[in-house]
Amino acid sequence: MLEKIKKEWFSNVRADILAGAVVALALIPEAIAFSIIAGVDPMVGLYASFLIAVTIAFVGGRPGMISAATGAMALLMVPLVKEYGLDYLLAATVLTGVIQILFGVFKIAKLMKFIPRAVMIGFVNALAILVFLAQVPHILGESTVTYIFVAITLVIVYVLPRFVKSIPAPLIAIIALTAVTLYAGIDMKVVGDLGGITKSLPEFFIPNIPFTFETLAIIFPYSIALAIVGLLESLLTASIVDDMTGTDSNKNKEAKGQGIANIITGFFGGMAGCAMIGQSVINVKSGGRGRLSTLVAGLLLMFLIIVLGDLVVQIPMPVLVGIMIMVCIGTFDWSSFSYLRKAPRSDAIVMLTTVIIVVATHDLSKGVIAGVILSTIFFVAKIAKIRVIEKQGDDFIHFVIEGQLFFASVEEFIDAFNYTVENRNIIIDFTESHVWDDSAVGAIDKVVLKYRERQNIVTIEGLDSSSEKMVEKLAIYKKTNTISN
Amino acid sequence: MYEKILLAADGSENSLRASVEAIKIASMNSECKVDIIYVADFAKSKNEILHTQGKEALDFSRRQKLIPIQELLQAKNIPYTTNILRGEPGPTIIRYANEHAFELVVIGSRGLNALQEMVLGSVSHKVVKRVNCPVLIVK
Repeated sequence: MLEKIKKEWFSNVRADILAGAVVALALIPEAIAFSIIAGVDPMVGLYASFLIAVTIAFVGGRPGMISAATGAMALLMVPLVKEYGLDYLLAATVLTGVIQILFGVFKIAKLMKFIPRAVMIGFVNALAILVFLAQVPHILGESTVTYIFVAITLVIVYVLPRFVKSIPAPLIAIIALTAVTLYAGIDMKVVGDLGGITKSLPEFFIPNIPFTFETLAIIFPYSIALAIVGLLESLLTASIVDDMTGTDSNKNKEAKGQGIANIITGFFGGMAGCAMIGQSVINVKSGGRGRLSTLVAGLLLMFLIIVLGDLVVQIPMPVLVGIMIMVCIGTFDWSSFSYLRKAPRSDAIVMLTTVIIVVATHDLSKGVIAGVILSTIFFVAKIAKIRVIEKQGDDFIHFVIEGQLFFASVEEFIDAFNYTVENRNIIIDFTESHVWDDSAVGAIDKVVLKYRERQNIVTIEGLDSSSEKMVEKLAIYKKTNTISN
Repeated sequence: MYEKILLAADGSENSLRASVEAIKIASMNSECKVDIIYVADFAKSKNEILHTQGKEALDFSRRQKLIPIQELLQAKNIPYTTNILRGEPGPTIIRYANEHAFELVVIGSRGLNALQEMVLGSVSHKVVKRVNCPVLIVK
């Protein structure tokens, strides 16, 4: 136990602190931008990022992963905030945490492996598109200077890292362009215009909502969606960090940890969050491996806001928008275009459907659910293909069955036979098949009885042991083994 | 001749050509061992996780890339080991090479033009500059 604590916290101290500092700086613009997307004060996202990162550092299941306020979660909250306000969002955040803990306790996190790749690819693409669309109103219809600032920001964040590696380029863009705006007195929308920064630590309070069934009915659908999306992105991120570090993580502990973090953030005025792919990759790349990196990221973020809050409100919106465009480009899976061409048609359709439903409904959870259902249907359709191969012998007809016999394939199975023969020996061979359920046995019965009607002798062979058991137990033809009529 | 050769490979055409050269050198000394390393690139991790179903499948697909190279070495009876490392390709190869005191590093070159090299960065150039032993770059 002590050994584990030592390894997870103190085996990589120097690099963890440095990486945590890099992440803290990268988190600030995102926390602000995601608050703006959700329609709440920047402080709601900043407090969330501080509280979630710090909590997860202790209770998360994947050391070195960064969790905070995220775009995926912010997008889900928009209608709730618009209609009911911040207090309902905080209550929904707490409830999200409770649901996630239940997911962790009942090991539902394990079910995530049933979510097909196509759906996950659709998920990240839809997320990137939605976050990008949320930036558009801040660009279009604003001044010409806005366009120029967005462009300059993009140039800085993409070109500068080729030459300057030690300082994160988005930070340079923010400092340089904020300084330019202040000195030149350029009139531009700044972060402060969209909400204030409070230079104090978050405080505990119970969301001001009526504790009624009606309230629960309002927040519950949001909390479920937040819980699912939060876990989905967290577990995807955990897999990426697992792969980058070549180590394993505890997925159910992570689910519970996300839940605890959301409950705490909800009671301290922060919005629901989850793990962040981009930030976690930055952390690992910068050398972060242990829990200390996540803790440092959260603590330093809060410290910077308390010390530099006055400057943060001066950040021009176009710079923030430019950085968010970079985040979208980084989130989008650009190999999707070749995936669409190369992957099986059904996978491509699932991926596109997921994206389209998310973009149409602005709800990531709906896209994921639709994608999972659609791919299940495709899977059943694919596996329900059954072939009956007919071989004529001298005094018998041999039918070889290839494929799975179950409720979805019985109709095709029954129709595949030619029932006009009379007085023949018929062998139906199940070596290449498996009998799955009642309807499969029913179908075999139907075929056998139909042949017997015309004085044929039917032999069933090649059943594997579990198919055999099922046929023994359920088949009628076994009980009326003489030729009827 | 050399007794400890590092062969940095990614399974590409260039790395196959590099392997052929590494084998030529290694066959000159029956004591020579080849250490094949493959770097799972940090920058590709997200993409690979998204496009592979599960950890085992991903690990398998990485090992699969090295099979043709292993076959070449087996055919010539050259002893070898295989390692999959994680990180940014250039720095990771350099660190591994310097930590394990190799006598020679063999690596393929993608043959990028000036613009590509500015954007993508040349792994073999970085390796040549910072590895403490001779480096053979194979075009």
